Amino acid sequence: MAVRLQPIRFRRKTIPSALAYLVLVLLGLFFLVPFTWLVLASVNPSATFAVEFPQHATLGNFQTILTNGLVKDPFKNSFIIAISTMLFTISLAGLAAYPLSRYSFRGKIVLMYAVLFASGLPILALVTPLYAMYVKFNLVDTYWGVILFLVASGLPFGIWLMKNFLDSVPVEIEEAAWVDGATVFGGFWRIVLPLAAPGVAVVGVFSFLSSWTNFFVPFIIFQSPEHLPASVSIYSFFGAYGEVSYGQLAAYALLYALPTIVLYFIVSRFLVRGLILGSLKG
Amino acid sequence: MQAESQQVIAPAPIPRPRGRVRVRAGYFFMIPAFTILLLFMLGPSLYAVYTSFTNMALTGFGAASPQWIGTQNFSQIFADANFYNALRVSLTYLIGSALIGQCLLGLLLAMLMQNRRPLFKGIVGSVIVAAWVIPDVVAGFLWAAYLHQDGFLNSMTALVGLPQKPWLQSNPMAAIIVANIWRGTAFSMLLFSAALEGIPRELLEAASIDGAGLLRRIRHIILPLLAGAIATDLLLITLQTLSDFTLVWVLTGGGPGFKTQLLTIYTYQQAFKFYQIGYGTAVSLLILAVGAILSLMYIRVLRVRF
Repeated sequence: MAVRLQPIRFRRKTIPSALAYLVLVLLGLFFLVPFTWLVLASVNPSATFAVEFPQHATLGNFQTILTNGLVKDPFKNSFIIAISTMLFTISLAGLAAYPLSRYSFRGKIVLMYAVLFASGLPILALVTPLYAMYVKFNLVDTYWGVILFLVASGLPFGIWLMKNFLDSVPVEIEEAAWVDGATVFGGFWRIVLPLAAPGVAVVGVFSFLSSWTNFFVPFIIFQSPEHLPASVSIYSFFGAYGEVSYGQLAAYALLYALPTIVLYFIVSRFLVRGLILGSLKG
Repeated sequence: MQAESQQVIAPAPIPRPRGRVRVRAGYFFMIPAFTILLLFMLGPSLYAVYTSFTNMALTGFGAASPQWIGTQNFSQIFADANFYNALRVSLTYLIGSALIGQCLLGLLLAMLMQNRRPLFKGIVGSVIVAAWVIPDVVAGFLWAAYLHQDGFLNSMTALVGLPQKPWLQSNPMAAIIVANIWRGTAFSMLLFSAALEGIPRELLEAASIDGAGLLRRIRHIILPLLAGAIATDLLLITLQTLSDFTLVWVLTGGGPGFKTQLLTIYTYQQAFKFYQIGYGTAVSLLILAVGAILSLMYIRVLRVRF
């Protein structure tokens, strides 16, 4: 099915346009309003759970958490985990997608179905047995343990997306490279992958975001406080103590959420096309 | 080299004659990814099957040497009132927040957004998507603040003369359902927007000329054409919601009492609070089995061809 880009045009008279705008504004407010506290409290040194305009808006909360060590190590850990997950997922998914895109072989259909099937599984249900398995193999409380599981949980969808993107790269360009003496890997790495840049971006951002935001896997697998990424650290620091500085909590949450929003909007065009169409049609 | 390259360039979509397929260098490219998948997805899945038939525990006797106890974990699960409570909570949460909330609201948003001005669409869409891309933990804290006794929601209800409540304690189920609608609707909206773009404009124009009103066009053209997208959406958000943990965990911790104890939270408590890994894994295996069935349905709905 070819996806058409033209929107459906209802006749202007038949849809009461003003009503549509009104409903959309109200729904938009439903989504907007919960953010209010986050933004206002983050610049308010004496914030509570109430929404109030700070008398003296300052960046003090940010300064405090940036200098007292609350942010530095957890964010560093989150970056290590998310970047590693992203690099592994991109390269492994790209490599695996290449033969699936270029060759036809016995078992390919089964393999593709298996990949699609795995991409739908509720992966988090695997974390409890994973923990039991990690106890046996000494992977509890290790970065490798967390990263490799995050890679494994992102790979099926990553392979699926990559295959779709590689399909759109014409094979003639590789052929030209082969004629010039490139190996299969060289052709893939230097020619095909760069041409599938949007696919690489989608898979990369998708895997970065899902491990940057993941809470449950590090929550279960890590034990040492110095390993904790931002997701678990913010929870255990602010969730565990009754009396906290809500302003600092809001500032922390804002800093932690910022990369997700920025990254998403940088690649949103590709991402929506890739993610949504990737799950909507084969 | 050139002779060799001749073999490699078979274009993918054209099925090659049988028997002529030779081993090519590219096949080895699949090894790393599938090794990781075997070790870290199939591995824990198989380990789950083994563990769920043992009394493995984090402390005490079951920790030193887990014993094979047959189906005892499963009979214990099905005799546990807390399991049925968690099942009911999970189903209520799934139906309320995902199947009804996110899907319907997403569809409504996608249809309403269709012909709006790009700037307006961009702003409203960004806010909705922002709720979807921020980390779970942040969404949890946001809603904890929003629904708090001193929070913004109560300031607004006070303004219009409605009662003020500590919503997470007084209406915990409704609270987590609404929070998850807020959190997840963007996915359905994006999916339906993409699907709506695929409906040929001529079809709707023709129907409109023939005198079909908006509701009839929605019922007889748009909804039937969206059937595949709706099925896809329902399956994907069900699978997603099945493994939800963090949002509810941060908001209520499963409480007050057991009122919002999702199956995933129940599993976590059993495995890591009461240290019954074997038992917890057995519950996980049940979740996984339901997920596997739904995932197979998803493949069928997609009707992909390779």
